[in-house]
Amino acid sequence: MEFYLYLALFAPLAGSLFAALFGASPKTIVAGLVPSILLFVSFVSSTVLLVHILSGGAVVHVEMMTWMATGDLYIPFGFVVDQVSVTMMMVVTVVSTVVHFYSIGYMDHDKGFNRFFSYLSAFVFSMMVLVMSDNFAGLFIGWEGVGLCSWLLIGFWYHKESATWAANEAFIMNRIADLGMLVGIFLVYWNTGTLQYEQAFAAMPSLGTDILTLMGIFLFIGAMGKSAQFPLHTWLADAMEGPTPVSALIHAATMVTAGVYLVVRAHPLYDLIPNVGLFIASLGAFVALFAASMALVNRDMKRIIAYSTLSQLGYMFVAAGLGAYWVALFHLMAHAFFKALLFLGAGNVMHAMHDELDPFKMGGLRKVMKGTFIMMTLASVALAGIYPFAGFFSKDLILEVAFVEHHYIIYTVLLFTAGLTAFYSFRLVALIFHGEERYKLFGIHPHEAYKFMLVAMSPLLLLAIIAGSFKMSYFEMVTQVLPELEYHIHHPVTFWIMTIGTQLFVIAAIIFAYRKYANAKVTVPDGTSKIENRLCYKVLSNQYYIPYAYEEYVVKPYRELSTVLWKQVDMKIVDATVDGIAGIIYGTGEKTRDMQSGNLSTMLKWMVAGTVGLLSLAVVFGLAVRYSAEIKAILSGLGV
Amino acid sequence: MEIGLNHYLVLSTILFAIGLIGVMRRKNLLLLFFATEILLNSVNIAFAAISHYYGDLTGQMFAFFVIAIAASEVAVGLGLLIVWHKRHGTIDLDTMSTMRG
Repeated sequence: MEFYLYLALFAPLAGSLFAALFGASPKTIVAGLVPSILLFVSFVSSTVLLVHILSGGAVVHVEMMTWMATGDLYIPFGFVVDQVSVTMMMVVTVVSTVVHFYSIGYMDHDKGFNRFFSYLSAFVFSMMVLVMSDNFAGLFIGWEGVGLCSWLLIGFWYHKESATWAANEAFIMNRIADLGMLVGIFLVYWNTGTLQYEQAFAAMPSLGTDILTLMGIFLFIGAMGKSAQFPLHTWLADAMEGPTPVSALIHAATMVTAGVYLVVRAHPLYDLIPNVGLFIASLGAFVALFAASMALVNRDMKRIIAYSTLSQLGYMFVAAGLGAYWVALFHLMAHAFFKALLFLGAGNVMHAMHDELDPFKMGGLRKVMKGTFIMMTLASVALAGIYPFAGFFSKDLILEVAFVEHHYIIYTVLLFTAGLTAFYSFRLVALIFHGEERYKLFGIHPHEAYKFMLVAMSPLLLLAIIAGSFKMSYFEMVTQVLPELEYHIHHPVTFWIMTIGTQLFVIAAIIFAYRKYANAKVTVPDGTSKIENRLCYKVLSNQYYIPYAYEEYVVKPYRELSTVLWKQVDMKIVDATVDGIAGIIYGTGEKTRDMQSGNLSTMLKWMVAGTVGLLSLAVVFGLAVRYSAEIKAILSGLGV
Repeated sequence: MEIGLNHYLVLSTILFAIGLIGVMRRKNLLLLFFATEILLNSVNIAFAAISHYYGDLTGQMFAFFVIAIAASEVAVGLGLLIVWHKRHGTIDLDTMSTMRG
């Protein structure tokens, strides 16, 4: 089994390095195909490992080599495949294999084709390190690796000012959060003396609640950054500047769920501090609603899906915060499939519309893009949580968790958000695929994507439909390491009322969205209509003015402070000191150059001067040594 | 008044000072050699005097070494001086500045 572990882990790295060989040369299909095939190999290996674990096999734990060993500190490059990490491995490899094959078509006309695959495979490798590591240090390497690849890929079209800006924003925001995470890791090491999950978690119950709370909070700050939770959420929507496959893989299915994975992985810690768990759940519920409300009015297709991702991450954190770790992981998995599908569908639409992102300028595309239409509709159905699609099982489970745990406020918020989710998803579908063909006004001739791109997407479609049926076998597998909490609403009547009520509510939201946006009366908004001038619309479409506030109250003062520090401290003190020392040395050199006149007579004079100087020094020191006692007495008398 | 060690040492110091000033002031290479000879021999006087004072022959032996080395140094130096004079027709120190940095 070790062989499969290494194969799953290193195949993406090999693919990345292979594609990097062609980094500077023009597009070659090999640079795309080889990493894709290697990823498929990685996927197959992960499947082998999954089967091994499912059939009751032992957890695969390997220690590749020692990384750091100094004194008491021992950190190996260790990898573990247990029930939790194998889930993540499957999610990562399935989605990334699909995205790789899809990207061969999507990036077809891009100059950076080879470079793209190199980055994308490097990302998968980092993500695998993140999920497979058996210690916090390895997790952190993967954590930073995915951050780096995310930066590279958001800013992939680096000639675009907005792309580089978004890439930097994402990187800096993550850096702020990573500092918190690093502090959390230090706290773990400080108090438990190890970074290995097993030993660290085993040592935790004997620690005080205060220190555990601090650990939990700091680790969660890291998770907040990676999973874009409020108030570090703004980067995710801006990250949509990257190519769409990147959004599908990194900013929907895998990287942003790393925060959830961290909380799930650290469940022995969060079990000990239910207050922090409640905070995580409350923040998750808030973000779910907050992000969904921003998606309601947005006019950028990819941003709408990004907000939806944000909202679903909120759901996952609710489940994880309330102790239902397996539910969080299950929703993570289901969400990865349908959200990646949705993004890839959006990528097809973007290609068809020549990178137009405003769904109001589309309409009626179902006639020309049948395949994409079906896939996006089904993905939206799954996202809305209609029976029997994947979203129904995972999302309803989170609602049940909140209900059973008596957190009725969270439950209500999530239920309301489920309605909003259905509304904005189908608003998007209706605007893109139904109604008048508004794109004709803009002279665009849409066309369907390559056949093989649609074929590449089909595994995701299948999984988005059937993932829910894995629920019970998944529960049995993953609860071998996660707390075994099954959520049953005891009264069957309550259960049925809740389930059917939720379904009806969601369906009503979908119908409302269709009625409002699928008719012929929809026009391209020009800022004059009544709704656009309402206060709440303006607040929502400006994302609650949070990016504006960050720019105004964080970035600008910071920049001014930096300017002051640069001009006053850096130039006048630091630089001046360094320049001054250099200047003194230069000046001395210039002046003493005259000594080297080459004239023997002058040299002799200098020699004599040197001799006299050395002799007098010898005399002075000799005297000082002889009278050292007296000199000390005098000095102490002076108070030195 | 009996001549004691101090007198020899004072003589040695005076000669050393004369030699030092000569080394610093002379512009003629030949006279520079004279000045260095004065320096060396002032030290020889001190060696011999101190050796006699302590009744230890080491100092006097050392003085012989110094004389031998001074002789060979002058031999080499005078050889170079003659070559220099043949080449340049002068032995003025100020003309020797090929090592100017």
